[in-house]
Amino acid sequence: MLAYIIRRVINSIITLLVVTAVTFAIFFMVPKLTGSDPALLYIGKNSDPASVQGIRIKLGLNDPIPVQYGKFLKGLVAGRDYVNGNDITHCPAPCLGYSFKTDQEVTPLLVGDLSVTLSLAVGAAILWVLMGVAIGVLSALRRGSFADRGAMTVALAGVSLPVYFTGLLASAIFIRWLGWLPESNYVPLTQNPGDWFVSLILPWVTLAFLFAATYARLTRANMLETLGEDYIRTARAKGLRERSVIGKHALRSGLTPIVTIFGLDLGALLGGAILTENVFNLRGLGYQALTAIRGNDLPVILGVTLIAAFFIVAANFVVDLVYGVIDPRVRLA
Amino acid sequence: MSENLLEATGVEKHFPITKGLFKRQIGAVRAVDGIDLSIRTGETLGLVGESGSGKSTAGRLFTRILEPTAGTITFEGEDISHKSVTQMRPLRRDVQMIFQDPYSSLNPRHTVGAIISAPLQIQNIPTPNGVKKAVQDLLALVGLNPEHYNRYPHEFSGGQRQRIGIARALALRPKLIIADEPVSALDVSIQAQVVNLMEDLQREFNLTYLFIAHDLSVVRHISDRVAVMYLGKIVEVADRDDLYKNPRHPYTVALMSAVPVPDPVRRDRAQRERVLLTGDVPSPINPPSGCRFRTRCWKAQEICATEEPPLITRLDDPESHLTACHFPVVNDETVAGRRPAATPA
Amino acid sequence: MSIGTPASRPFLEVKDLTIRFETDDGIVQAVTESSFTLEKGKTLGIVGESGSGKSVTSLGILGLHRTRSNAKVSGEIWLEDQELVTATDEDVRKLRGGKMSMIFQDPLSAMHPYFTVGSQIVEAYRVHHPGVNKKVARERAIDMLARVGIPQPERRFNDYAHQFSGGMRQRAMIAMALVNDPALLIADEPTTALDVTVQAQILDLIRDLQEEFGSAVIMITHDLGVVAELADDVLVMYGGKIIEKGPAVDLFQAPEHPYTWGLLGSMPRLDREVRDRLNPVKGSPPSLINLPSGCSFHPRCPFAERNGDRCFTEIPLLGGPRHPVACHLPEDDRPRIFQQEVRPNL
Repeated sequence: MLAYIIRRVINSIITLLVVTAVTFAIFFMVPKLTGSDPALLYIGKNSDPASVQGIRIKLGLNDPIPVQYGKFLKGLVAGRDYVNGNDITHCPAPCLGYSFKTDQEVTPLLVGDLSVTLSLAVGAAILWVLMGVAIGVLSALRRGSFADRGAMTVALAGVSLPVYFTGLLASAIFIRWLGWLPESNYVPLTQNPGDWFVSLILPWVTLAFLFAATYARLTRANMLETLGEDYIRTARAKGLRERSVIGKHALRSGLTPIVTIFGLDLGALLGGAILTENVFNLRGLGYQALTAIRGNDLPVILGVTLIAAFFIVAANFVVDLVYGVIDPRVRLA
Repeated sequence: MSENLLEATGVEKHFPITKGLFKRQIGAVRAVDGIDLSIRTGETLGLVGESGSGKSTAGRLFTRILEPTAGTITFEGEDISHKSVTQMRPLRRDVQMIFQDPYSSLNPRHTVGAIISAPLQIQNIPTPNGVKKAVQDLLALVGLNPEHYNRYPHEFSGGQRQRIGIARALALRPKLIIADEPVSALDVSIQAQVVNLMEDLQREFNLTYLFIAHDLSVVRHISDRVAVMYLGKIVEVADRDDLYKNPRHPYTVALMSAVPVPDPVRRDRAQRERVLLTGDVPSPINPPSGCRFRTRCWKAQEICATEEPPLITRLDDPESHLTACHFPVVNDETVAGRRPAATPA
Repeated sequence: MSIGTPASRPFLEVKDLTIRFETDDGIVQAVTESSFTLEKGKTLGIVGESGSGKSVTSLGILGLHRTRSNAKVSGEIWLEDQELVTATDEDVRKLRGGKMSMIFQDPLSAMHPYFTVGSQIVEAYRVHHPGVNKKVARERAIDMLARVGIPQPERRFNDYAHQFSGGMRQRAMIAMALVNDPALLIADEPTTALDVTVQAQILDLIRDLQEEFGSAVIMITHDLGVVAELADDVLVMYGGKIIEKGPAVDLFQAPEHPYTWGLLGSMPRLDREVRDRLNPVKGSPPSLINLPSGCSFHPRCPFAERNGDRCFTEIPLLGGPRHPVACHLPEDDRPRIFQQEVRPNL
């Protein structure tokens, strides 16, 4: 098991390195090849050549690409100094550089955004897992019933409707029409937990609806498959109560694939829920990503991409570990 | 007729086992561990053994689906041991395979016509009356309705699917067909139909069969010669009647006595005469030293642990044949391992 | 003698058991009016090919179709003085794994991959012995593993099914089925997935355990050899119906149904000289949704033409002077036909 963990850790680190290399290449080489100069993006097109040259030196844009990449990696791990003669700016680790647009340090900027995304994703995840799994299990147990068909029809709608439709519809109904929820902007948890909760109810429900639909369908399919397994028949043949047959034997294997999907979905969401954040005006990573892309703000785009990649890789790692715990065939293989 | 179509000499197949961080190779599954075997033109050679004996791996080596780790395989005198996929292509016409599971060995999304004609098209075989006619002829040959050309595998029963598999194998008019447990997934009555079909086709097209199976009764029925495998080795080879009447290797004796006799009147005698092997087949990763069967053999002595018995014919026994045993069983021998005598754990 | 329970009632009596499944394609007539009895200490073999209804019969006795909402069961199943078809789900559940238990064909898929073999046996024990603590149950499980011949049972207790060899896995499955000393053991193709030397070990084990526990055993198999080894009585099933039943010796020595003849003709046998050709039943088994009219075997029967159109229109009933056979061939001709026309080709 230890060798398995170590191997997974090394795999994850290598994957992250490859991702940084590729994203770095895309964001810093592509503009160069297409003729746009990162230095100009930073300082503005109408600056005098001397200051542009200064910026080039300070950002290290004159170095060969591999050296630039090396410095970037060093910044991530140990922090780095941007030097142009006497003009020294220290960027502490993990350093993602400075925004071209606002001149702010990227790392703290994104950390702030991350807390918004984290609030949104984790809350929605709890909601959709509970709803999706419960509906899926009940549907599987009452296969073919009216409730099953109803739930699956709603689930199909949930999978097919985009967030900007359900989100806007929900806002219109619950805020403008019924007036059950106040029209509020995001309030940080540390500032006022009650307002934080209220401000996130609609985004949570909207996002969870989309995922819960997928999870209900997936859980139902998995449970139906598991219920047809020979070992479920054995469990019944032993005289176990239906409660233990379902609750212990069927759920254990029926939900295993859900763990995988859940890890990956949550990992992907932590990199920013672009649509939901924009629909509800939440200034999270997804929102930041869109703004940065519009403004050609390379360091921010790079930062968001790396955070997203980090969460996906980390989620993969956790999923593999959990799988090893759940399934002895993986652990003991 | 005694010319050898396929010859295997010292053939080995080891699958590496890796462990740890750097996937170091720590051992190997010695699935096939040095076998000499020849298949004669026109015969049916039965290859029997239990799971883990390496009989399926051997079949895959002979068709060169797998590449041997050591040893040579020749087909019609030509060394095919290490030929590449491209180099093997012309030979694929001559050697075909029939698989055990007629459910998973046919692509469910292709029509029967497409499945059977695929080998013709891959090999660019001219079909004077069109591909469709060629396929319909093959379907009729294996006892299926030629009109069912456009149906999908799921529309056929298990026995019919196995017939489709046979038609596909026959399409290229091969010389050698390697059949890996072709009837073991089928119902008894269907099994017999397929066995009869294979015998008819053999007569009509002068086919040579390697018939791999665990069922000793079916193998006896269809084979001219039989080879018995245990843990990656061939322990006994002989003409069918020789082997079944005068088995020489203790494992063959045990194997044959384990087959239930479909006669309740003789039930008690059968049980009394049964050699009940204890324990499991040892792991092919660490096979026992010397003779591999010694850990379960009632005749084992010291030499069996130190010296591997060669596959030879003993001169002191007039009814002998190729047997890899230091102390082969002789006719009318009272077998000590029979029930209820306990074997040491 | 108590009122209402005649002393002559057999240990297990199945009367007119009929099981239907309603599917989108039509009604599957899985088992039709099956009747048979079984006494303690005896073994009943049920033989048939896939789709003959042999497995469904056994699942019906255990009431395992009850969770399938599309199953319709009628008839009577008497286990001593308890009727099971009309019993409540809870009553049947309490018998399952207790007084009657089952071993299945493929022990790898029949055991849960995520729980240790030991814990699955403990679970089977504790559900029928509420209040027994874990330690006692664990000792019982280890004891059972030892009794079915698993070496180092304390260590193997903590292993998972995939860590066992095929034979050891089937032994563990048997240990689980026997942990509550069942009076009725149903074995559904228990050796089909096993090698022949391991099969011999397992059959031997079942025989020994039956002697030790005195249970009644139902052995379901397609292998006539296995039946001949173990069974006292045999049922031959075809298309969901029993077409011949009787003592094993009679069925193998003097079978009377053409399907039974066909089964015997399909089998190559080690105890006979090699035949030039096998004599299989032609065609394939019928669809249980569209059973052929009259005798459902008539499309495959070489003798169907001899009885005018009776075989095509009229369902034959089980009966006969020697042992029950469901066939329209004249009772007195059947032994002659077997001896003169069939036996020489076996």
